[in-house]
Amino acid sequence: MEAIIDGFVQAFWLLVHGDPQVLKVSLLSILVSGAATLFSLVVGIPLGSFLGLSRFPGRQFFISVVNTGMGLPPVVVGLVVSLFLWRNGLLGFLHLMYSPGAIIIAQIIIAMPIVIGFTTAAIQQLDPKLRLQILSLGASYPQLIWLLLKEARLPLLAAIMAGFGAVISEVGASMMVGGNIINQTRVLTTAIVAVNGMGDYAMAIAFSVILMALVYLVNLGLTIVQQRRKAR
Amino acid sequence: MNNLPSDSLRILEARDLTVNLGGREILNIPTFEVRQNEVLVVIGPNGSGKSTLVLTLGLLLKPDTGTILFHGQPVTSRSHIFSTRRCFAMVFQEALLLDASVWENVTLGLHLHGINRKEVQIRANRWMDRFGIASLAKRQAKTLSGGEAKRASLARAFVLQPEILFLDEPFNALDTPTRQALLEDFEDVLRETHMTTVMVTHDHNEALSLADRIVVMIEGKVRQTGIPEEVFASPTDEKVADFIEAGNILQGTVEQKDGLALVKVTGNRIVQAVSYLPSGTRVAMFLPYEDVTIAVGKTEGVISSARNQMKGTIIKAFPQGSQLKVTIDCGFLISCLITRRSWEDMKLETGSEVTASFKASALHLITKP
Repeated sequence: MEAIIDGFVQAFWLLVHGDPQVLKVSLLSILVSGAATLFSLVVGIPLGSFLGLSRFPGRQFFISVVNTGMGLPPVVVGLVVSLFLWRNGLLGFLHLMYSPGAIIIAQIIIAMPIVIGFTTAAIQQLDPKLRLQILSLGASYPQLIWLLLKEARLPLLAAIMAGFGAVISEVGASMMVGGNIINQTRVLTTAIVAVNGMGDYAMAIAFSVILMALVYLVNLGLTIVQQRRKAR
Repeated sequence: MNNLPSDSLRILEARDLTVNLGGREILNIPTFEVRQNEVLVVIGPNGSGKSTLVLTLGLLLKPDTGTILFHGQPVTSRSHIFSTRRCFAMVFQEALLLDASVWENVTLGLHLHGINRKEVQIRANRWMDRFGIASLAKRQAKTLSGGEAKRASLARAFVLQPEILFLDEPFNALDTPTRQALLEDFEDVLRETHMTTVMVTHDHNEALSLADRIVVMIEGKVRQTGIPEEVFASPTDEKVADFIEAGNILQGTVEQKDGLALVKVTGNRIVQAVSYLPSGTRVAMFLPYEDVTIAVGKTEGVISSARNQMKGTIIKAFPQGSQLKVTIDCGFLISCLITRRSWEDMKLETGSEVTASFKASALHLITKP
């Protein structure tokens, strides 16, 4: 018990003094997971819209694959990505293994199905006649998609929260493809594992507090945006 | 009434339209036309393909075969479909407003059409005012009542000043007073604007009050087209008559007697009708409820111009609108509409002996194959 309280006290001072290692790790976490989430949104929202709007043979299959992907174990993703990025792997020539780029790739694979799945569901929950109504008002297809996404913005914000939440908090994939190298690929979650293993509980608690605060702040921001219109 | 048969007035035509869904044919329309400035009302039972027809005509549903012609030009290419859609407006049963303010909803189509800001202001103000929702401009659409939302969706369509307005059961989901008020406003607007309108409904009163022409659709096909009075008074076939439900359907065989058809119906009763159909013809007859009157007790000795006087017993009575629909068993079943006041004054009840009367000319005979 004493160790925990001690840990919190030390963590407080580390944060207050702006410990350079803590700052570096936090920043990398935000950059890597932010980039992965952003890329997943840019690609996943159009793909999810397509799945939600179109009818083609095999669509059910695709949706079930996406839904399965929403529960991908990060460790498995880490393993598969490292097999590809390893020197002898298919993408070995990119020399990405143990770089932040590798973590981004792994996190994209984790976040993408979540974004696609949420977007598909968000679009599908709209009245199917709304599409016809918007087209009848003279919308082009790009205008139609834009208006539908705007209409589904509340569940879409949930897609961002879920996607970012999943990648900022995963440890397995980051560890396997990033290697947890200090000053290069150490992110908050892998840092917690590492310093905890070394018995540095104060540092582990400090990282945990930052991680929690980060997740909370991002979700708070999105929730405010999401609920703003409703409250009117 | 627009009795304007001239070809030049056809604004929209359809040829050989078919739409299939899951191997089932849900629409089969060899020819169809909408005339300039007319209010065309499409009626028919649920699942008869009315909505599909309107979506297809409105270029929102691609038919499996067939062509739509707008101002005589076939609309086939993607870009032509897109530009022609902008000459139409559509109002659905649901208001289908976006999660935005009423103003944003009403002006959405104008923005999509790229109309300049000043014109947007003018048109939106005019139509929101016309539909009585000017004061709701800043309200969020989600907070509107059903009637208000419907007014907003009508204003959203009218601001576009479409060449053809399509409506798919627009007043269906509203409660009676709201619906009545809106229907009156809408009727006035149609009269003022002479907007070419195609409206789907299954409400006979809406059809009667709004339509210049009525199209009756049953099982994906157009069964009858004509002015309302004609369609309601003389359905061309049994299925139309069945749907119109404004009257009795009697079946029997004709025995011709100098322009008077003596039709033997169920229960071996003879009904007299005006018709030159030859003896032996099997017919179905449409007898509007309102053409049947009832009197209490026996009528022997009473001289009446009604050639048909049938004694019978009241077997049921239930409210239909403001009146009672009374069904009488006189060997065959016949129904009529009477006011509650008459019902009480005549001291009628189930089991009362009455005489049902109707003129020979009230019967409309439909030849059966």
